[in-house]
Amino acid sequence: MSMLLQEAAVGPLPEVSRRPLRTVLRHHKSGLIGLGIILFFIVIALAAPVLMPYSPTVQSCAVFAPPSAKHWFGCDDGGIDLLSEIMLGGRISLLIGFAATLVSMVIGGGVGILSGYFGRWVDIVLMRITDYLLVIPPLAFALVVADVWGPSVVHVIIVIGILQWAPTARIIRAQVMTVKERVYVKRVRAMGASDTRIIARHVLPQVAPLLVANTVLTVAVAIYLETTLAFLGLEDPSSVTWGTILQHAFDRAAVSAGAWWTIVPDGIAISLLIMGCFLLGRAIEDALNPRLRVGHLSTRRWKLRPLVGLGPDAI
Amino acid sequence: MRSADYVIKRLAFALFTIFMAITINFFLFRVIPGSAVTDLARVPNATPQLRHALTVEFGLNDSKLHQYFTYLWQLVHGNMGISYVNQQPVFPQLLNDLKNTIPMVTIGTVAAIIIGVFFGIVSAWRRDSAVDHVSTSLAIAFYSFPPQFLGLVLLILFAGTLPSSGMEYALAGVFGSVGFWSRLQDIGIHMVLPATTLCLTLYGEFTLIMRSSMLETLGEDYVLTARAKGLRNGKIVVRHALRNALLPIVTLVAMSLGWIMGGAIIIEFIFTWPGIGWAMWEAVSQRDYPMLQGGFLILAIAVVGCNFIADLAYFKLDPRVSE
Repeated sequence: MSMLLQEAAVGPLPEVSRRPLRTVLRHHKSGLIGLGIILFFIVIALAAPVLMPYSPTVQSCAVFAPPSAKHWFGCDDGGIDLLSEIMLGGRISLLIGFAATLVSMVIGGGVGILSGYFGRWVDIVLMRITDYLLVIPPLAFALVVADVWGPSVVHVIIVIGILQWAPTARIIRAQVMTVKERVYVKRVRAMGASDTRIIARHVLPQVAPLLVANTVLTVAVAIYLETTLAFLGLEDPSSVTWGTILQHAFDRAAVSAGAWWTIVPDGIAISLLIMGCFLLGRAIEDALNPRLRVGHLSTRRWKLRPLVGLGPDAI
Repeated sequence: MRSADYVIKRLAFALFTIFMAITINFFLFRVIPGSAVTDLARVPNATPQLRHALTVEFGLNDSKLHQYFTYLWQLVHGNMGISYVNQQPVFPQLLNDLKNTIPMVTIGTVAAIIIGVFFGIVSAWRRDSAVDHVSTSLAIAFYSFPPQFLGLVLLILFAGTLPSSGMEYALAGVFGSVGFWSRLQDIGIHMVLPATTLCLTLYGEFTLIMRSSMLETLGEDYVLTARAKGLRNGKIVVRHALRNALLPIVTLVAMSLGWIMGGAIIIEFIFTWPGIGWAMWEAVSQRDYPMLQGGFLILAIAVVGCNFIADLAYFKLDPRVSE
């Protein structure tokens, strides 16, 4: 599950309208679905204390009780209502996802802009570091760092943030390099605008949509990494997240007990959120890529039949 | 001469990256305050004697720079240290684990590439048809499933019909599997679930990339020319567009190798597969730092090496790269 954005795939940016997000969502329905899914989970996470039907720490039903009218998603090995746990777990998973993405966007966007705008040795140094991070197996690296530093939410955020900025930096750099060469940027420069002003007023708005698409896709990767680190036991074991719910299910023999409800709803929650981020990110990305709009294959299908030997009324 | 330049450049980059991995490895474990090795209090069941022995063994009384060069020197000689847990050299153990990881990962990845490329082509060919919608939706769904979720679901679905663990016995030939063929069959059966999990988690992404790459290619002028010549769609796709559309897949496979290895760690953890991911997880849970450090380094080198090969392949496939 790597970043799907490709440098080559994003051509010169089409005109950015006044309300870019609205335009994107109107033309790409899947983006709207994605946005809906993300908002749904954010609302659930924020309102979890009110919405939770049972306490996420106190036993409220039998051990591994299957789903019922009272407990929609069943109960885990401690007799705790899974629906409540998943609602609460979404909070930390989302927090980690968004916070880590913020870290990686600030670093990645910054590195990409600096590298693309200033070029020369800045570019060389920054891109070597980026290249390095791109080829390092992320989960293995996260395993090492999380283990050395010890498990905690903040560490997981930092680890994911550090791991995820490299693809963003690459994509933004490529875009900044083309924006930089546009006539209007050269014109402002000739008028004496400072580098800071050019970057803030003219480069940043141009790469912003791409950065947004990238941010949304990075949230998906960050949440995936969070659940994975938690699954491998590298997160604070006392905190309830989507990752630790799966980990507990696996650790405490839910599989051999046949308790699929400890795994499926939680896994679907993770997958849905990742899917939502992906749909929204891809919709924005598609809107930015004019090359996807043209296709030269014939859309009509027809066949030539030889009429020889078919008799006079073959037609 | 250009090609020699290119190869040397990529090789230099690969070697530099490996060097960076080694350095970061060293710093993470030794220099950061309270890090693993310097903080001997975190070694399980450490007696004062063991601590002293470890201090001497790791040369912790020397300067950091001296330690760093010692580390490099030992690595060059294939010494990755001694496991805390079984007191055996790390390197041969990890090599043996890698031997178990490679077949599973290769089979899973190759299957994912074949399935992904196939559905990607079909989707792009029949753009906006029902086939395209179903295939793309499935691909997005599988792309979104984390491997641990998919692995656990497969475990539950196939509980009792397919083995979910016990690969180490199959490899050792214990439990009545005598002779080459029955052992091979045993190993094969054990490989079904892990390899399928890996394949399913990867295929979605390959499908999506192949589809958009194919769509882009189908917008090229030479495709229009081919159609103007009166070629059938099938012929245009297979003979003209496919080769060019495949290029991004080469990049994608190379770029996602790190992620594939990450998926392998989780999958080995779920299915108790005696590979390098399992070894790393065990190292984490037993605080066996030399093992963890060695595992990370071997994975990093493997990924960098595969990336280097992919670079060369890309160079061979696309002459524009050298410009």
